[in-house]
Amino acid sequence: MTDALSQYSVLALYSAMALYAIAFVLFTLDLARGAGDEGAPVGEAKTVAIAQPKRKLARIALALTVLGWLLQLTATVMRGLAASRVPWANMYVFLLVNLKWDMKFLGSFVTGLVLLLLGLAATRYYVEIVPLPPALQSYWLVIHVFVATLATGFFALGFALSLMQLLQTRREASAAAGAKSKLAFLTRLPDAAQLENYAYRLIIIGFVLWTFTLIAGAIWAEKAWGRYWGWDTKEVWTFIIWTIYAGYIHARSTRGWRGTRSAWLAMVGFAAVMFNFTVVNIFFKGLHAYSGL
Amino acid sequence: MNPNLGFVGWLRWFWRQLTSMRTALLLLLLLAIAAVPGSLVPQRSSDPNGVSQYFADHKDTAPILDSFQMFDVYSSAWFSAIYILLFISLIGCVLPRTKHHFDALKAQPPTTPANLRRLPAFAEFTVTGSTAEAVLEAGRSALKSERYRVARYDRGDTITVSAERGYMRETGNLVFHFALVGVLIAVGFGGGFGFAGQRAIYEGQAFTNSLIAFDSFNPGRFFDSSTLTPYSITLDKFTATYEEHNTNAIGQPTDYTAEVTTQIKGQEPQKNTIKVNEPLRIAGTDVYLLGNGYAPTVTIRDPEGNVIFTDSVEFLPQDKNLTSLGVIKLPDGLAEQLGLIGFFYPTVSSGHSGASFSMYPDLIDPQLAFDVYAGDLGLDDGVPRSVFALDTKGMTKLAGRNSDREAIELKPGESAELPNGLGTVTFDGVKRFVSLDIHRDPTQGWVLLFALSALAGLLISLFIPRRRMWVSVTENSVEMTPLSGVPSMPLKTRLNAP
Repeated sequence: MTDALSQYSVLALYSAMALYAIAFVLFTLDLARGAGDEGAPVGEAKTVAIAQPKRKLARIALALTVLGWLLQLTATVMRGLAASRVPWANMYVFLLVNLKWDMKFLGSFVTGLVLLLLGLAATRYYVEIVPLPPALQSYWLVIHVFVATLATGFFALGFALSLMQLLQTRREASAAAGAKSKLAFLTRLPDAAQLENYAYRLIIIGFVLWTFTLIAGAIWAEKAWGRYWGWDTKEVWTFIIWTIYAGYIHARSTRGWRGTRSAWLAMVGFAAVMFNFTVVNIFFKGLHAYSGL
Repeated sequence: MNPNLGFVGWLRWFWRQLTSMRTALLLLLLLAIAAVPGSLVPQRSSDPNGVSQYFADHKDTAPILDSFQMFDVYSSAWFSAIYILLFISLIGCVLPRTKHHFDALKAQPPTTPANLRRLPAFAEFTVTGSTAEAVLEAGRSALKSERYRVARYDRGDTITVSAERGYMRETGNLVFHFALVGVLIAVGFGGGFGFAGQRAIYEGQAFTNSLIAFDSFNPGRFFDSSTLTPYSITLDKFTATYEEHNTNAIGQPTDYTAEVTTQIKGQEPQKNTIKVNEPLRIAGTDVYLLGNGYAPTVTIRDPEGNVIFTDSVEFLPQDKNLTSLGVIKLPDGLAEQLGLIGFFYPTVSSGHSGASFSMYPDLIDPQLAFDVYAGDLGLDDGVPRSVFALDTKGMTKLAGRNSDREAIELKPGESAELPNGLGTVTFDGVKRFVSLDIHRDPTQGWVLLFALSALAGLLISLFIPRRRMWVSVTENSVEMTPLSGVPSMPLKTRLNAP
């Protein structure tokens, strides 16, 4: 029972990856097509990006992404059933629960990232299903980890938007100078200020969830390890990430920090999230080393 | 040219710099960077053994790092300096804002601007069959019903309503920042008044909550030992369950349960259980189950058969299959001082080198082995000695690898002769022991309360928008505008209605 289900889970996962791969190509093609419309003024580009019937490629890609996501979900649920527990205990499944919040122009990034993470997860970090050690047997596992994953999803999208914002700022600057930019595909995206607003909105949601993760983690740590905060490696990095994003939120209302600088902060923040999620889990010694890697 | 004035002026300048948003931002980022080294280098607070190991591995660099407090990052002078400055900056920023906010709460919404057309969102339309006064009143009540605070301002023929809402946003913001200060203070004081102690007890053994009963004890700065409530905890039974079916995880623990009897002085004894995620809360302290292992019961007799030692000895687990190591010291009663280093294997097996190891953590085929040393145990020279280690310097190995005799190997119930006719050793049986962490942190609840307030404040301050709306009516037209965001659609429909 356990074996069969976990094999189906792997199969579903690989199928999902294939779909993501196709979607990724289509999203990229769609973006590249936009590179031809450099003549379109920025103001017009905004409406173009939101809804345009001609963007068949993007729509197909979106459909494929949803299908892929459903398969991935199936894979996750089957793994959960096979192990008869909540399936995000270690990194393998942890990576599966990647949030989808589609803004079509981000499709390329999202599918690319998911594909990369899943590929890494399936090949490098596959761990046989094992029972949970006593310290993880708590409903706090569900709450703490689920919210942390959700926060990571929001931060990821915030990162993508901030990256776009930086590129867009460069393109806008060179367009203002009358030069021809290599970043022409960005004409179809919202302008830099709009991208910054989107990024900010997603990141503040991520920040609230992250704050919750921190508190929930502390409550759980108090129950399992006898102290709510002990500067364990993972706790340190959770704190660092919290501080960076707190800085990001303040930067938005600090003169001279709005715009490009705060976008860089958002990117540094996400780099820290990824670092915490990968390097800290695997290479650092600490109480959170549960994953079997 | 008064130097005193200059000093005050300088102070004022410094204060303004410190409480500026830019400084706060830089301090925040500095704090994030300063926290990094603590995750790269082992910390005394969370990993004392790691620190010792680091000193052994990096003889040259470790003392240099230590002089920069790299092994105590989070209590170091420089880390503390950053967060204390940050919190001063925060308080200096938040206090004036609180006053300002209180004033704003009492004040009316601002006067309607003369030209609403210049504002980013704006709508103008005409209403027929109604007086200007009635239209404005409809607008006013619509805004009120959307929980706007409204004020009437008229300018000649133009009658207007100015409305504002979302005062909670700033309230939430202030609550968030004050709650953070609260967390800091509660954490600071909590450490001072509490304590943390460790104690290992085996099945059948009792522990009384008093200073001398702890194996190790770390009091806070202001801790008063007379505040310890007298109670006892007896370990009745400890059960560990291990995975038996999943071939990928044979022997992985799936459950630890300690059944205990607790008794607070002057009260009836009570049955309780302690599990890893379910600490026992008793008399203001929290008791956590942090570790467990085996305590073999050993009896040692002299050649005449008199018992000179009998006890269950806690052996420290060395690997996940609970190969365990323990020490028995016999300073008196035999012809020589003896030291026994014991190896306990819950399920014994031997590799091709002949060395024994445990292949499963539960008691399937337990075996106890002893290396025997004779000579000076070093107990009389006043140097504190660990009960878990034997200093074999100045002792002769009588049994065990590289000595004249094989190590003594015993199954439960078996006895064996000690070397040189010194006496006998009997392995009576095995008990489980648990190591308990007993904590008291009187401000823990406060920390939680402040942390949750911070979260609530954060939610409010980030997601409640602050809005200003104006409705301006002349005999000919209605003009309305929000300062930011999307115009409130229901308002327009309601205005169109009359």
